[in-house]
Amino acid sequence: MLKLTNISKRWEEFTLKDITLSVGKGDYFILLGPSGAGKSVLLEVIAGLIAPDGGDITLNDANITQLRIQERDIGLVFQDLALFPHLNVHHNIGYPLYRKGYKSREVNRRVVELAQELGISHLLKRFPPTLSGGEQQRVALARTLALNPVLLLLDEPLSSLDVERKAEIRRLLRDLNRKGQTIVHVTHDYEEAIALGNRIAIINNGAIEQMGSPQEVFGKPTSSFVAGFGGVRNFFKVSLSKSANSKFKKARVSENLSFYLQSDDDGNGYAMIPENEIVITHDNPNTETPNTFPGTVIDIYPHRFGCEVVADIGEKIFAIMASTQLQAIHASIGSKVWVSFNENSVIFIDSN
Amino acid sequence: MKKSAINLSFAFLGGLVLLFIVAPLLGMVFSTPLSTLFSTAQETEVQQSIWLTIWISMASTLAFAILSIPLSYLLARYSFPLKNMVLGIIDLPIVIPHSAAGIALLGFISRDTVIGKAAGSFGFNLVGSPFAIALAMAFVSIPFLINAAREGFASVPVRLEKAALNLGASPARVFFTISLPLAWRSIVTGLVMMFARGMSEFGAVVIVAYHPMVAPVLIFDRFNAFGLKYARPVALLFILVSLVVFITIRLLAVKRKKDA
Repeated sequence: MLKLTNISKRWEEFTLKDITLSVGKGDYFILLGPSGAGKSVLLEVIAGLIAPDGGDITLNDANITQLRIQERDIGLVFQDLALFPHLNVHHNIGYPLYRKGYKSREVNRRVVELAQELGISHLLKRFPPTLSGGEQQRVALARTLALNPVLLLLDEPLSSLDVERKAEIRRLLRDLNRKGQTIVHVTHDYEEAIALGNRIAIINNGAIEQMGSPQEVFGKPTSSFVAGFGGVRNFFKVSLSKSANSKFKKARVSENLSFYLQSDDDGNGYAMIPENEIVITHDNPNTETPNTFPGTVIDIYPHRFGCEVVADIGEKIFAIMASTQLQAIHASIGSKVWVSFNENSVIFIDSN
Repeated sequence: MKKSAINLSFAFLGGLVLLFIVAPLLGMVFSTPLSTLFSTAQETEVQQSIWLTIWISMASTLAFAILSIPLSYLLARYSFPLKNMVLGIIDLPIVIPHSAAGIALLGFISRDTVIGKAAGSFGFNLVGSPFAIALAMAFVSIPFLINAAREGFASVPVRLEKAALNLGASPARVFFTISLPLAWRSIVTGLVMMFARGMSEFGAVVIVAYHPMVAPVLIFDRFNAFGLKYARPVALLFILVSLVVFITIRLLAVKRKKDA
């Protein structure tokens, strides 16, 4: 359906570099990345609002790189929604229909139909500035859907909504996608990406870091950046070597830190240690695991499951602890502690 | 407002300025008996002159609006070489003496110029015609419209125009359904300013057309021929009519905006 080939664009402070991706018909494709990564620019390049410096965009096998915005049949819901403040909801939704040669009776019928579908029938006479964030979001969505777009682009559609409205709009988007609407959705929210997307591309600094299904991307992140987005804090690039104990391999992170893990692979790759698998104690636990290191607490943050403790064991390592556990070991910033984790809890991803 | 010494002195200075504007006008009101005002209003010459002033200024404002509003849009939206020079040219009529503007226009439309000859071949003399008055009014007042409309268009978010394009609208439809209505308030301000400035113009008009007499020329003429006493009722009447016209236009424009 949509194919981007080597799209590049210099835009204000950053550059989109050789973006190549494809979105299949019926996909819910998520572009996930931090603010300033170039997600919105890429979306505007697809919609035709910004012309790329190089590369090609094809939609249903037709090259649309040079096609004018109004001829692309690609609907874009802007992050700030861009509702027309001087037109009421009815006229906002009906705006794209006049161009398609609809007569005013048909426009009315279609507007009412869309308003019902999105639950905003009671708002038709209101003006956008008088609506709540969730209502505005629905109006913007209805207006774009009136275009009957081949492809629907959404720029951070949930960012300005409260939790309840977020869940509502998520349901709505999922339903739309189930009815066959192909969607490209830009977000910086990992949970949103997992909840909605069937394909995800992680974008950072204007380049795509990794692309695939959510399982592929977050199950096997290929960079610490991707892992960071997946919520994995203990993510290390390592080189494996044989150890005295044939069951385990020695993973060297840096000259300050090496640990052991279970793997049949050799060579280079990434090691992830789930935060809840890290144990912090006041005294040396004297367990059998060789992954026991003396360290210093360098930070403690509140966390929804208690506290997140950052310790320096040659490299920074993150652990989640219950507040009571933390009090029991009298740990505070600067405390000397012992950090240990089981070899089996380390996940290795081969990068070869 | 906190009553500090500096604020009190500012208020005093401001009061003097307001008095400076209001006092002569009030003086004119109090020194004109109502009966004189009524009899002046019944004079055919005065009625015709005020009517002429209003309609020529209105016609000239509307005609030049068609030319100026698209230019204002271009100036608000695009950067191009020599844009600052274009902006300077637009402001030129504000800084040059209006009698000099009249002389320049006269040189442009008199009988021995190309335009004058072309009009003459149809038996039409531009000098001394309502057309010349309209040109003189437009020349001195057009910067007010262009600048106000330009600011109005600049305040319309480009994003809304892009959204409209994305919804399949042609650039022309985007202009007429999004940009123009959203800049409307500033445009109306510009139109009213241009209309008002055109109506009150004397210097440029008197050079290109002493006759037919627009109200400012008639006031001057009466003053010259009969003195202050005879000029004053015409001046007061013209001011009152102008006020009524502007307030009406303003109210209509605000109502239209609310209805939209």
